[in-house]
Amino acid sequence: MNVYIFDNTLDGLLTAVFDSFFLKQQPEYLLAEGEQLPMFADEPHRVVTDSEKAERVWKGLEKYLSKEGMHMISVSWLSEERTLNQPLFNMICKVFRLKVKGLERNASDPDVLEVRNSCRRVLHEQLRMKQFIRFQKAKDGTYLAVVSPDHNVLPLIIDHFQDRFNDQPWIIYDAKRHYGYYYDGKTVIRVTFEDEASVPFDLSNGKMDADVLSENDKLFQDLWRTYFKAICIKERMNPKKQLSDMPRRYWKYMTEKNG
Amino acid sequence: MERLTAIVRDLRTVHRFNGYIHLKTIPGASQELLQEAGRYADRMSINIEIPKEESLKALAPEKDHKSIFLPMSQIQQGVLENKEDRKKFRHAPRFVPAGQSTQMIVGATAETDKDILMMSNAMYQQPTMRRVYYSGYVSVNTYDPRLPVLKQPPLVRENRLYQADWLMRFYHFKVEEIVDDAHAHLDLDVDPKLGWALRHPEFFPVDINSASYEDILRVPGIGVKSAVLIVNSRRFNRITSYHLKKMGVVMKKAKYFITCGELTSAFSQPIVGINELRPDRLRPLLISKAQQKRAAAEQQLSLDFKDE
Repeated sequence: MNVYIFDNTLDGLLTAVFDSFFLKQQPEYLLAEGEQLPMFADEPHRVVTDSEKAERVWKGLEKYLSKEGMHMISVSWLSEERTLNQPLFNMICKVFRLKVKGLERNASDPDVLEVRNSCRRVLHEQLRMKQFIRFQKAKDGTYLAVVSPDHNVLPLIIDHFQDRFNDQPWIIYDAKRHYGYYYDGKTVIRVTFEDEASVPFDLSNGKMDADVLSENDKLFQDLWRTYFKAICIKERMNPKKQLSDMPRRYWKYMTEKNG
Repeated sequence: MERLTAIVRDLRTVHRFNGYIHLKTIPGASQELLQEAGRYADRMSINIEIPKEESLKALAPEKDHKSIFLPMSQIQQGVLENKEDRKKFRHAPRFVPAGQSTQMIVGATAETDKDILMMSNAMYQQPTMRRVYYSGYVSVNTYDPRLPVLKQPPLVRENRLYQADWLMRFYHFKVEEIVDDAHAHLDLDVDPKLGWALRHPEFFPVDINSASYEDILRVPGIGVKSAVLIVNSRRFNRITSYHLKKMGVVMKKAKYFITCGELTSAFSQPIVGINELRPDRLRPLLISKAQQKRAAAEQQLSLDFKDE
């Protein structure tokens, strides 16, 4: 049984595709580093990530897949799901083996469908993040929002916030993946904190420390909570629908849900 | 309307708010104010409230349909003119870029679903009308004898109207197919698409592997997304019921209305379609348990009232 092991990056996966065609092999399993080997496995082949090889595979893919197909692959990769590796690998191999155009549209293929569903989940969550981000204003005028989405969706939503809040500096920070984006009024840069323990906000609920919070932000937060309570129409209450539109796992960073 | 316009202008120019603004317009507003407000708002809406003018007159004597439709057509004209302008000058300021919407109250007057849907169909013929909203009537002014007293807003009816609305906008249904004189009210137990399918057994079964996109859309249990997936995928290989299940088709409903080129499978066993079962026997199978329970509960309530 043929097993490939790669370093759990997209470049690594593309290199694995390159290797499998170069060595004329079809591995049964593609595993990420540290995953359990299946029974009866031979000595696994370790894929050495090579950006040049990955680039060649990517260029090759562009010949067969439409723009939407390429977008589907890159978006689905942001899902960071371990279960995506195998279907994505199979799908890319299939593209080169079958040499048909537009394979990303074939939802009757289980691998393509898997990748497509992953992509859909990511896009669903990025929409939710656009809705659920809550900013707090610091004393120096910077707005801060902390999130911890299931999938790595920040790269997909930054454009929206850059358009929407283009005249104020802001930070959107992903507490789960320990990085964020900072907008200074002109450009967006990716930021990480060297010492996460000393940041002036609480990573577990996103609340800014009282001494850096701008004076009237507390008032705005109260205003928002009052508004949230006031817009409820009692006759039309539908808690089940509300919960499915705003699942509980997002509540901890939302102003209206933690008073 | 002057104050609304002033507010939307201040939001954009003074407070530099870049987000989405939906402006409710007062019926009978002057054209100048509409022109100004439209430059700042993303979407403008004028609510029809009630589809028939005589009912509107009875509840709101100060309103009439002219004061609603005139501003509506003025906004539409503005949008269309703006479209032409932007073809010539790329940086011409935008005018109501997100189009118009409107709203109708459901259940406050005696209008049938047919009246409501005919009105919204007419609305969707306008190129700038994006959405018609239906709002179940909530009893507020109980002292007014002209208004009905409802224990609960008609939420199910509202939901059925939205479903019918979706059929018109995304499923290539004509309004006459959803409601007609014999069926002036939508069926509260089954959704309008299933209702249409049960009235038209001759249309089925639909062959998933050869039928057109429009025909596949008419199968209950297949939505726009699955229909697109089916049409795209069948260029590669034949679609079986296993694929359909995986794509997210609701086989529980769809299995009575389709053939997909196989003799038996886990999902279509035994092969009984709508034509073998007859619609009147199929209907109870497709009404969900929850709906049956609700119908039973409603009967229970009416009995209680008789006792009093």
